[in-house]
Amino acid sequence: MADTTEMPQDKFRLSQLLYDARYRSMTIQVVAAMLLMLSLAWLVDNTIQNLAALGKDFSFSFLGTTAGYDINQQLIPFTSQDTHARAALVGILNTLLVAFLGCILATVIGVLAGVLRLSKNFVVSGIMTFYVEAMRNTPLLIWILIVFAVMTEATPQPRDFREGGGAEMILWDSVAISNRGVFVPKPLWGEGSGLVVAVFLLSLAAIFILRRFARKRQEQTGQQLPVFRLSLALFFVPALLVYFIMGAPITLEVPELGGFNFVGGIQIRNSLIALWLALSLYTSAFIAEIVRSGILSVSRGQTEASFALGMQPNRTMQLVILPQALRVIIPPLISQFLNLTKNSSLALAVGYMDVRSTLGGITINQTGREIEGILLLGSFYLIVSLIISSVMNLYNSSVKLKER
Amino acid sequence: MSKQSSVAFVRRDMIPPAPPPPGQAGVLRWMRENLFSSVTNTVLTILSIYFIWSVLASIMPWTLNGIWVAGSLTECREIRDARGIETAACWAVINERWLQLLFGFYPTDDVLLSGLFYAEPLAAAGGVEAVFGAGSNATDRIEFVGMMKGDLSNFTIFWFGYWRPLLAVALLVVAVAPILYSSLPRSLLFFSMLYPFIGVFLFWGGSIWGPMTVAMGLAAAFFIGRFVATRFGLLGGGIGAVIAFILIFLNPLPFIDHGGLFPLFPHAKDVLHSIIPFGLPAIPSDQFGGFMLAIIIGTSGIVLSLPIGILLALGRQSTMPFIRWVCVTFIEVIRGVPLIVWLFVASTLLKYFLPPGSSFDALLRVIILVTLFASAYIAEVVRGGLAALPTGQYEAADSLGLDYWKSMQLIVLPQALKISIPGIVNTFIGLFKDTTLVVFVGLRDPLGLTNAIRATGEWNGIYWELYIFVALLFFTFCFFMSRYSMYLERKLQTDRR
Repeated sequence: MADTTEMPQDKFRLSQLLYDARYRSMTIQVVAAMLLMLSLAWLVDNTIQNLAALGKDFSFSFLGTTAGYDINQQLIPFTSQDTHARAALVGILNTLLVAFLGCILATVIGVLAGVLRLSKNFVVSGIMTFYVEAMRNTPLLIWILIVFAVMTEATPQPRDFREGGGAEMILWDSVAISNRGVFVPKPLWGEGSGLVVAVFLLSLAAIFILRRFARKRQEQTGQQLPVFRLSLALFFVPALLVYFIMGAPITLEVPELGGFNFVGGIQIRNSLIALWLALSLYTSAFIAEIVRSGILSVSRGQTEASFALGMQPNRTMQLVILPQALRVIIPPLISQFLNLTKNSSLALAVGYMDVRSTLGGITINQTGREIEGILLLGSFYLIVSLIISSVMNLYNSSVKLKER
Repeated sequence: MSKQSSVAFVRRDMIPPAPPPPGQAGVLRWMRENLFSSVTNTVLTILSIYFIWSVLASIMPWTLNGIWVAGSLTECREIRDARGIETAACWAVINERWLQLLFGFYPTDDVLLSGLFYAEPLAAAGGVEAVFGAGSNATDRIEFVGMMKGDLSNFTIFWFGYWRPLLAVALLVVAVAPILYSSLPRSLLFFSMLYPFIGVFLFWGGSIWGPMTVAMGLAAAFFIGRFVATRFGLLGGGIGAVIAFILIFLNPLPFIDHGGLFPLFPHAKDVLHSIIPFGLPAIPSDQFGGFMLAIIIGTSGIVLSLPIGILLALGRQSTMPFIRWVCVTFIEVIRGVPLIVWLFVASTLLKYFLPPGSSFDALLRVIILVTLFASAYIAEVVRGGLAALPTGQYEAADSLGLDYWKSMQLIVLPQALKISIPGIVNTFIGLFKDTTLVVFVGLRDPLGLTNAIRATGEWNGIYWELYIFVALLFFTFCFFMSRYSMYLERKLQTDRR
């Protein structure tokens, strides 16, 4: 029986590289790789030639040399005698600070605006629509400049806070908003304050444990504990008790007018406030849209089904709608946080000393190390965004619909 | 006794429907349902109305009492005090400087202006040749132009002095219209294809043969590619077109001296210009500025980033690991770093990466970087659309025997792009807003010009009026884009009709 077809034992021909689907993708990839290598080599070669022509080399040793400039906002001690590396670190911390503050405020405003925009109340939803559209359709840079102009031009000078100067401190004479910045009280940590903080942290842990215990109990026995009241009591009572037993160790240092400026307290510079507020307001408009579409994405049938089961409206929100809406809301929300962090590099416009202004600005200007400086700057932003997006991926895989 | 007679009364005709009780119809009902349905709602309504009222009460007097004619901020304040008003906007700065905010330091066509509206002083000064000719005195010319602009109104200068950018923008609208609205005749698309060359010519000026030779070269490359494609297939055709384009425009063997192998093409522009000298005065791009800059960067970025973004998204989904890896790396690196850092790269680092001695137009550098930046974002949006398509669509295309490009073009992309329209338009709006960041690399965008205006003695200390004007300009464009995307979504919605 010689019916079996002979497998064609063709020899490999060169034309197969182009016309045979088995080999073609290989050919394309090899050609692409070679082209990429060639162009990279060309760029590197150009760079080497240009650097040689300028008499420069490529090294990161400048990070160890004295910075020689001051930074007006420092979370860690820094003087002009410190190194460029430390200046970069100060800048990184400043970036992270404004990004962190911005994310919190943007989420609060954004959720509020998003929920209110869904309101049936025509006036309320109208205001929120106006707010969202105005913020989303104008450049962030204008908002930063406008808020900065409000802070520096429309606020009183420190000397106006004198008797009869026309300006007053707010919140029981503890906070002063002036064109030099906002002055807030500074906590002074006296003897025994560590104990108060420790007790407070312990009571936070206790609240957490209480909630888990209450849920378990409810699942097993069906009995509910008054979780909210108990947590409230745990939050305040132990810490306050210890605070008074230790003889009020934590006091506030209220800013006071001395000379031409305020002394004492903490000065929050206008650049930080302007950047923080503008970033938060701008991003909150995007978050509002995300929240709104997330809530709308949960179909009405879910609400009706929940009502049919006899659930209260707030339990429906808590147990049925929010868990489903959050799955839609969280991923774009995190990418908005990422955008906010990257947008914080606009700090340049108001002179806030973030990493773009220290490492990517003054350090580069002083040392002439453009390639190295921008490489480090870019890597910082890249690492932050990769960390955030990997967190997002983890979250996505944990909440995605479990299909079995 | 029939049943009928036992009934005392039977109505034969319908009662006309009674009007609803008062409070259950019209405005009152609407207000009750929407504004005062519950205690919380009522409180919210009252609070919001109070909020609106207080905001308007503080802004409206300032806006409406605004002073439109004044020479400086001090003059504005004097007028305000003379009128006895507490607050007043000084719109005079917009009235005086709106041309600068729109066009930056883009030069006006002074020859045309003086010929049309300033003929007598021009004749007195000795005619066009004496004032604007090659041998004229620069100081005298500047003085003459300054006098003329002082006499002419801003609108005259707008319509006639800036006719080039105006015409370019008007033609841009004509070129974009058939792409945006499919009800317009398709033959207009031919003009859309030509527009890039017309636009470049109008904005930058120079010899008309510059953009013309590029257009002719592109056309030649296209036809050569089509010819090759009939013989050696699509891939061969594409490669042929690219090679033809390179051969026509880039002297591939610079070491054989210019005019070596391909003597004609590098100089085609000069040769043609010497035969038919036609052109506009060349304007270098460092004189571009104002809102015009945002339009130029925004439009070119939008037009160029969409195809690149789609290709990147397809590459990211490719089955070839190397291509996929390259695309993923490119997208993630571009997206991970803020645009302002990329612009910084364009302004400081590009000179290291290019061959020694080569220089690059600043505006072109920014356009390239903005395009690459936006295309990475577009790629992610399109990837979302591609991922949202059911696998059945891909398989159906394969089972029809379509090859990769055909199946993408006919089956996958039309559906995927439709899904991603909102995201794409959002990216475009973001790109348009981000054009303000070019102020950090030394281009004169509207926000940079507000600083320049404030730096003059007359307008030192003026903020709100300028910011509001610029914000409104951007708002108009971005708002139109977002409304257009909604219209497009509705139009393309084929399901759930």
